Amino acid sequence: MTIEKKVTLWIDGVKVTVPEKTTILQAADSININVPSLCYHPDLSVIGACRVCVVEVDGQRNPVASCSYPVAEGMKVKTSSPLLRRLRRDVVELILDNHPQDCQACVRNGTCELQKLAYDLGVRERLFEGERKRFPVDTSSPVHRNPEKCILCGRCVRVCDEVQGVHNLSVQHRGFNNVVAPAHDCKMIDSVCIHCGQCVNVCPTAAFTEQDATESVFEALSNPDLHVVVHTAPAIRATIGEGFGFRPGTPVTGKLVTALRMAGFHKVFDTNFGADLTIIEESTEFLSRVQKKERLPLITSCSPGWVNFMERFYPELIPLTSTCKSPMSMLSTLLKTYYAQQMGVDPEKIFVVAVMPCTAKKFEAKRPEHMAPWGKPYTDAVLTTRELVWMLKCLGVDFHNLEDGAFDSPLGVSSGAADIFGATGGVMEAALRTAYEKITGKELESLEFETVRGVEGVKETSIQIDGLTINIGVANGLQNAKNLLDRVASGEKQYHIIEIMACPGGCVAGGGQPYPPRGMHVLDPELGRLRAKALYSIDGSKSLRKSHENPAIELLYENFLGAPNSHLCHELLHTHYEPKTPRGVK
Amino acid sequence: MRNELLQKEIDKATAVLPEPVVRYIQDCSKKKNPNSHLISVLHKVQDHFGFLAKEHMDAVSILMQIPSAKVTGVASFYHFFNFTPRGKHRVSLCMGTACFVKGAGKVLDKLQDLLGIKVGETSADGLFSIDVARCVGACALAPVMIVDEKVYAGVKPDQLVKILGEYGYNPKKAKP
Repeated sequence: MTIEKKVTLWIDGVKVTVPEKTTILQAADSININVPSLCYHPDLSVIGACRVCVVEVDGQRNPVASCSYPVAEGMKVKTSSPLLRRLRRDVVELILDNHPQDCQACVRNGTCELQKLAYDLGVRERLFEGERKRFPVDTSSPVHRNPEKCILCGRCVRVCDEVQGVHNLSVQHRGFNNVVAPAHDCKMIDSVCIHCGQCVNVCPTAAFTEQDATESVFEALSNPDLHVVVHTAPAIRATIGEGFGFRPGTPVTGKLVTALRMAGFHKVFDTNFGADLTIIEESTEFLSRVQKKERLPLITSCSPGWVNFMERFYPELIPLTSTCKSPMSMLSTLLKTYYAQQMGVDPEKIFVVAVMPCTAKKFEAKRPEHMAPWGKPYTDAVLTTRELVWMLKCLGVDFHNLEDGAFDSPLGVSSGAADIFGATGGVMEAALRTAYEKITGKELESLEFETVRGVEGVKETSIQIDGLTINIGVANGLQNAKNLLDRVASGEKQYHIIEIMACPGGCVAGGGQPYPPRGMHVLDPELGRLRAKALYSIDGSKSLRKSHENPAIELLYENFLGAPNSHLCHELLHTHYEPKTPRGVK
Repeated sequence: MRNELLQKEIDKATAVLPEPVVRYIQDCSKKKNPNSHLISVLHKVQDHFGFLAKEHMDAVSILMQIPSAKVTGVASFYHFFNFTPRGKHRVSLCMGTACFVKGAGKVLDKLQDLLGIKVGETSADGLFSIDVARCVGACALAPVMIVDEKVYAGVKPDQLVKILGEYGYNPKKAKP
């Protein structure tokens, strides 16, 4: 074992000892000295592009970029001085000079890092003025791209390359024409983009944002001819509180339901119901494949970012991917079939809104496979968590002081297994709870499958069910998924079932989630852990914790669907996939 | 299954590029840092076609297994690469210091006006394209203009119609 060398240095007179190769910025961070930065992101590679994080080092003629400058023994660093303050302010001012001056009308107003930095660094007047770059806004896909707001920090490029392995974005052209864009400057919808929205999450400004659906939802809510129903994904209850100042990891299910009622939705259902249903359908599909020893491993299909990725990058895995629709699409389909029938409502008059932690769900909702026979999508509008936060603020809902409400029946009844769908490993755990009892006919002693919990990128385990060894793989973040799948392809690993979630940490860190509060950042494993903990605590507090014991699901099969994987189930709850072009390069 | 789909893509890409380039890419893939040869591959593709089309770059992306956003990012960074077909005759005007001082700027203005295009573009009839050279090392002949291989010395704006005429210049066709 090599012994890690330590280096001692002084930052603003404070002595600190850190491992060698640590950067000045990381060392400062470790003693709570906050060096302003912009292009830097702790979980991405360092490019040192913006020069906001400059510091003075004794013996160096010029200030250095602390994000990329390694520490050295005896180094004396100054992180604040009149010179540094002026330099940083000038850098930000120059960026602002090439940036639209429309903060008040910008969707990132209040969450923009550039805006915050300009304030913190004391930009109070504009000293520079000149020609500004002009680019059209690309609104072709659920992820909108506005290069005029781009400050070329390259975080989106790095997250797309390093975390998601999609490599859709790159800096194109040079000099004044520099722009972050897909290949050939093509539209996002024509690119290999999988719409996961991680670029939206890491973007410090509004250069990447989600497609706005709030207008269409407000419109539907004020249309007296429509029956407007909403359902919310498992992950929303763990994160929406953050939008109203709650600490990350505060579950707010009851308040969320009340808020949605106040917003005017006629019925408030739970995507969890769809999740429970997914488990029944998927575990039936899984068990039948295990028995026939065919098309293994089964790969989950709940994450629309993963599905898009699979169709472009791994079309050869189409036969292995579960044909189950995602919980959102299952529930939306039932709302316009089963529910419409039960209520005696014309399905064409039902407007289904889904609140999702995800930008790719907006794409999923519009897929031709998810269209109702009358040519309209089963899910009419998808709101991200961020959009719903804004809508509630716009309506003046006092979220903090709301009473707890309960979801409407019957499509609001769900088990704890459904709640944990929002965290990486959650779908797997939910499926195992059901599969185990289906195979053995015995009751599970311990419901917690700890080995699939946690925010690690790849988790592997094996469980014994009635003498049968089931090998399990769980991956979150598509670069991790790639690593796992490549090991499957090479024959190094053999799994029976694989869960893949496109976003690092699962849906709790999805591309549509609230921008993290001060002191935390997107991709922060701690943030993912806190949010997941909220879901596990909800699960732990429920008495109904297994999907197959959900009485509303049992009723649904009895009254409407017949048996799991029946003909009607296949018609309504299953889908198919196709290889898509342009094909991605892995 | 896996190889079938990927092989189809590779076959398609192989058909797009000239055989020597495909062979060159295969050789590169055996070297230590295959991706570092991207620029030289693009050079060879442009040598052959005179420009880089979308399908050429996509083929390079697939054969080298480099994401196409990276390929276009590199190609669009360098002035050397151009993305529209070149004209039958390539008019190259020297804009080095000496040529510029001796009036190359005015020659360029007139040239662009006569052909109705800007530097890097191709005239409507496909006959001419304009390039700008930094310094061709013939300062005594300034301003210098090169059409294909032929060098014209001391070019004045009012001589351009005659020079272009040698290559079939027709104002109505070049600038309809």
